[in-house]
Amino acid sequence: MDTDQLIRTLAADNAHRAPRVGAMLTMALLVAAPLSILIFAMTLGVRADVTTAMHNPFFDMKFAVTLSLAIPAIIVSLHLSRPEALMRGWGWLLLLPVGLLAVAIGSETMMAPAMPMTMRLMGKNSRACLMAIPAMSLPLLAGALFGLRHGAPSRPALAGALAGLLSAGLAATLYATHCTDDSPLFVATWYTIATAVVTAIGAAVGSKVLRY
Amino acid sequence: MRGREDEWTGLMRSAIAGDDAAYHRLLKAVTPVLRAAARRGLARAGQPPDQAEDIVQEILLAVHLKRHTWDSEAPFAPWLFAIARNKLIDTLRRRGKRVFVNIDDFAETLPGEVPEETASAGEVAAQLNTLPQRQRDVLQSIAVDSASIKDTAAKFSMSEGAVRVALHRGLAALTAKLRDH
Repeated sequence: MDTDQLIRTLAADNAHRAPRVGAMLTMALLVAAPLSILIFAMTLGVRADVTTAMHNPFFDMKFAVTLSLAIPAIIVSLHLSRPEALMRGWGWLLLLPVGLLAVAIGSETMMAPAMPMTMRLMGKNSRACLMAIPAMSLPLLAGALFGLRHGAPSRPALAGALAGLLSAGLAATLYATHCTDDSPLFVATWYTIATAVVTAIGAAVGSKVLRY
Repeated sequence: MRGREDEWTGLMRSAIAGDDAAYHRLLKAVTPVLRAAARRGLARAGQPPDQAEDIVQEILLAVHLKRHTWDSEAPFAPWLFAIARNKLIDTLRRRGKRVFVNIDDFAETLPGEVPEETASAGEVAAQLNTLPQRQRDVLQSIAVDSASIKDTAAKFSMSEGAVRVALHRGLAALTAKLRDH
């Protein structure tokens, strides 16, 4: 087929309209979310003392941290789904949860905490945290990669890493309703390790499946 | 240079608004620029220029299938050249060559050095033969026999809608095969 023939064929298909990447990502995440919620409901469930926990600012802070990871990661992943997009000027969005955690750790230290630092850091749920966040992330990660495949990222591994970050952020939001360790030190340690695992998986898979 | 790129942006906006002729003109207009850049990129990597046409066709397919990622408020050329760079790098990588693509290969093309001929390329044609029968029939009818969608529908006793679906799926399948092979 010569190039003129190909051009004629492409022009004949001009009427075809594809949805935007944001619409595909939203749809894929909405399909994946019930699976993650099912895993959560069957294995963990919301903690029993959730109504009292809501009066603890460090409990609430966990959601501020996980959502300040998930939402900017969604925004940046959509930005990167355009071929000419650069990371420059967008990376700081991903530092929001880091800043929030630093503020939370600082304020907990100043508030004369009830438990010694090592106990707050180690908590009681570190194993559950390391298992549950990646497990609940996987359906969301698959959905995110499926949605982002609709885009045209110039750096597929980076886009895949963002899919990992956003799915870990959403899964961690669910997990935070179960976990009784509310210390920002615990969050900064174990949530971060779990998120790093999911991000690495996202980058590895993304480098294969997000090529266009 | 600026005038040319503004014209591309305008044509792409019309194309997205449903003007098939504008889309055809746009693809015709960018092709010689892409061809010159692909040749320069191959030469820089120490590769023979005879694969340039394969790269051009892969770029055109990607432009077509990813045009929904173009922001119609943004200029068209940077988007186009980003896709072109990506496809050139992919091709060189598949050959196991050390990749060094100069951004200028795609950013600057002097109108004088644009080769005009349209060479035929082997890879799209080869992959075309691996498509399902119906998609192949429809693509061949429109590409090679220059039939319209309506004539193609009549020829194969299909509805026009079915021809459109087969056409789009065929192009998407072709692109996936080129990427993965």
